[in-house]
Amino acid sequence: MKNCEALIIGGSAGSLDVLLRVLPLISPDVKFPVIIVIHRKNGSDSLLPELLSGKTQLQVKEAEEKEAILPGIIYIAPSDYHLLIEMNKTFSLDYSEKVNYSRPAIDATFQTAAEVYQNKLVCLLLSGSNADGVNGLKTAKSWGGMAVIQDPESAQVAFMPQQAKLHVKIDRILSIEDMPEFINLLS
Amino acid sequence: MELPLINDEQVELLLSDLLENYGYDFTGYSKASLKRRINRLYSLDKIPGFAEFRYKISRDSLYFKRFVEQITVNVTEMFRDPGFFTALRETVLPRLGTYPFIRIWLAGCSTGEEAYSISILLKELNLLDKSLIYATDLNPAVLEKAAQGMFSLNYMKQYSENYILSGGKNDFSSYYTAKYSLAKFNEELKHKIIFSTHNLVSDHSFNEFQLILCRNVLIYFDRDLQHKVLELFDESLDELGYLALGTKETIDFSKIARKYKRLQNEKIWRKIS
Ligand SMILES: C[S@@+](CC[C@H](N)C(=O)[O-])C[C@H]1O[C@@H](n2cnc3c(N)ncnc32)[C@H](O)[C@@H]1O
Repeated sequence: MKNCEALIIGGSAGSLDVLLRVLPLISPDVKFPVIIVIHRKNGSDSLLPELLSGKTQLQVKEAEEKEAILPGIIYIAPSDYHLLIEMNKTFSLDYSEKVNYSRPAIDATFQTAAEVYQNKLVCLLLSGSNADGVNGLKTAKSWGGMAVIQDPESAQVAFMPQQAKLHVKIDRILSIEDMPEFINLLS
Repeated sequence: MELPLINDEQVELLLSDLLENYGYDFTGYSKASLKRRINRLYSLDKIPGFAEFRYKISRDSLYFKRFVEQITVNVTEMFRDPGFFTALRETVLPRLGTYPFIRIWLAGCSTGEEAYSISILLKELNLLDKSLIYATDLNPAVLEKAAQGMFSLNYMKQYSENYILSGGKNDFSSYYTAKYSLAKFNEELKHKIIFSTHNLVSDHSFNEFQLILCRNVLIYFDRDLQHKVLELFDESLDELGYLALGTKETIDFSKIARKYKRLQNEKIWRKIS
């Protein structure tokens, strides 16, 4: 895909290591926002943006409610809220029930982004131990977006990308080494 | 859910029906969450078509009740965000404790877990007798549940942990008695809570308060409605009173901000002029 308007990365157990390896290699010139939804324990809030911002030249920040979503910024979903995307390309936060035992749920962000960015959306699902993200990938596909997964072979916990592979027509399966180039070429 | 079953225009139609038929105004709510909830309900209830859905909501007042209950988010906890309750316990309530009387407004109280938490704090600070908590919500169903003061026993482990993290020193289980699968909170905690309906969109200020809490409600409103509701809180708050919002909410964008000073690290502001 060219002229991507948003890249959303979802991950659970075993995904942080992937981010730590991939983010440093992402070009500071990318022309789309990168939105990251990672399952984690509550209360560890500001730690993740801090950790990741040490690894990239791009600006990293926690997504705030009503904030306009801008290209070239890495946004992190805050812990314990679902992160939703509004039609006017701003964020909303939502404290509704957990989905797949998770809040933030990857599904909630993939699904609301799907209609907003349609065929300019890329959803990338990483390592993890539950099936969160699978329904979201389906929705993204049905709006013309692109579904990409980490190669289950390379994942610390293969279950999540495996489930996606089983239930969704995946466009690309990437090893960790191939991710930076794939992302840089989306601009 | 793949393609959403109810699209944006249909959501708008439903919202204008609600306003026209029942006087409930959801037009200032953030759309992504509303649409997600509406679609969830639509699939859950296996409604055969949009026309039927619309008709049911407009004509069947029982279904309308269900609709409102389902599209608003009622999730809550006791002592949620323990650090926030520490600030209430150590800073806010002791200062209010020097007043002869403390009136507290808890807006968007949902099923009451927050109200009982505050009641516990007041009791431990020996302030309960001279306090009154007005706990309000637009949804009558959650208020009924709140008034019962019974919560699932399954949650007590988590709530007790929150309580301890917030600085609580007592045995949390002394505040309730277990009845089958439920924890029934002590009557004395309830005496000073008044549960009643109040819609932040359409109802006015109804008293003057020294502390107003409204947590995790504004995230569901668009900026215009947030402005309006913050003005309502400002009107209802005494000078030197406190306004408390949810962890991800702020007054920074609003006109009232210049009259308030924020307490360090918490989403609590004091009205200074
Ligand atoms: C997520 S709950 C928050 C509960 C609690 N304050 C907390 O933070 O845990 C949101 C509550 O706001 C209520 N609410 C939504 N719109 C409202 C309105 N216009 N007026 C009053 N309450 C409203 C809902 O019914 C729901 O009970």
